[in-house]
Amino acid sequence: MLVVKDIDVYYGAIHALKKVSINVEQGSIVTLIGANGAGKSTTLKTISGLIRPKSGSITFKGKEITRVLPEKIVELGISQVPEGRRIFAAMTVMENLEMGAFRRKNKADINRDIEMVFTRFPRLKERRKQTAGTLSGGEQQMLAIGRALMARPELLLMDEPSMGLAPLLVREIFEIIKDINSQGTTILLVEQNAKIALSTADYAYVIETGEIVLQGKARELMHSEEVKKAYLGG
Amino acid sequence: MHEFTQQIVNGLSLGAIYALIALGYTMVYGIIKLINFAHGDIMMVGAFVGYFSLTLLGTNIFVAMVTAMLTCAVLGVLIEKIAYRPLRNSTRIAALITAIGVSLFLEYTVIFLLGPSQKVFPASAFPLKAYNVGGLSILNKDVFVFVSAVVLMLILQYIIKWTKTGKAMRAVSLDREAALLMGISVDKTISITFAIGSALAAAAGVMVGVYYNTVNPLMGIIPGLKAFVAAVLGGIGIIPGAMVGGFVMGILETMVSGYGNSLYRDAVAFGVLILILLIKPSGIFGEDTGEKV
Repeated sequence: MLVVKDIDVYYGAIHALKKVSINVEQGSIVTLIGANGAGKSTTLKTISGLIRPKSGSITFKGKEITRVLPEKIVELGISQVPEGRRIFAAMTVMENLEMGAFRRKNKADINRDIEMVFTRFPRLKERRKQTAGTLSGGEQQMLAIGRALMARPELLLMDEPSMGLAPLLVREIFEIIKDINSQGTTILLVEQNAKIALSTADYAYVIETGEIVLQGKARELMHSEEVKKAYLGG
Repeated sequence: MHEFTQQIVNGLSLGAIYALIALGYTMVYGIIKLINFAHGDIMMVGAFVGYFSLTLLGTNIFVAMVTAMLTCAVLGVLIEKIAYRPLRNSTRIAALITAIGVSLFLEYTVIFLLGPSQKVFPASAFPLKAYNVGGLSILNKDVFVFVSAVVLMLILQYIIKWTKTGKAMRAVSLDREAALLMGISVDKTISITFAIGSALAAAAGVMVGVYYNTVNPLMGIIPGLKAFVAAVLGGIGIIPGAMVGGFVMGILETMVSGYGNSLYRDAVAFGVLILILLIKPSGIFGEDTGEKV
């Protein structure tokens, strides 16, 4: 569904991504794990069109999207839950969800999807008129996910959904991720928490200083000595 | 007490003008963090467009105002596209210096085209009348300025609070990258912000023409700076702040002229700026952005 092929990204003189290639099969959960600063977020930003790669190509459903504007990429069916949630703090929960559906026109459809998000996250419904900044961390993450779903993505990019959440909430969020996937949305998940990411995903890539160093079935990587030592605490 | 109320009434129309200009400052700052020092000069261009609409085309004052607003909306969008957009990712000081350059460019282009002398707003466009309401003397021009400014502010509030475009403007000003991820076209949203801000300034320009009876190519400087102070007073980037700040500055100015010495009114305005910067730099409505650990 998504084929990232040999992309090189630079921040000024810094070579942030070196010939990164990732393949995401339709219907799967793929994870990209690695340490802080390895290039995980950069990869997702490049797919979303926020950063232009210097070379390489990105194709989505057979269509080249390497130089397509971010707003068109959303229209094509890729949306993102960014790192640190990045909800619009001074806007209400409802307005945040409406912004997620920005490229869509059909009001009735949008309202139906808002109801769907509220069914999935009842706490958001209770707080729909509150400004998003007043929500708890877990609720904000739910809002960020709900907002991304409002674009009706076929591929959902998730950047560190576990960040800053208590372990119990992390588990809850990952259950939600599995559930979203089971309803037909393909997911590319970036995580520092390798353990939970590998136990959720079908396929995994390991990135170190801008290079993919390892890949394989998530179940197999979980038992690989290298991954155990570097990411799973022995 | 009667004298005091009269001064407040006088200050309301001037305050409404400052508030309209301050709104443009604050909206542009909110969305691209630029103090658009050419904003007062857009008001001046609006005043001239209004003047020519009245004199050459012989329109009434309302048509003149709408013409000025449309012209300046286009002008604002062009200025952003040509002068500011190429600098969007450079330092803020580079953009600020460019804004000063645009300001001088507008002032001296108008001087080059029309000469430096002032032009008198045709009295026939707005025959003055005074009303007596409960012992207070109210001029019809004050009513016109105040009412049209309030109507424009209500329309603006509606746009920002309820329309999709207005919500996109807020989203972009809160977090540009997240807005991009929502599929919001940031360029288009910034253009719309400049169009609306410039149209409000143009309306204010026509009001200044009615209020002071004359227009001249440098008329944007002092009201522009005072509106900037108003925007900072209310909290730069905060829309209700700009409105309140504008009215405070207008009333303060008429108070200083009425009770003190009108020669000091500019000094008091900029004294206010110094005081805010010393006491609460984030303005009346601004939250203190102390670093959170």
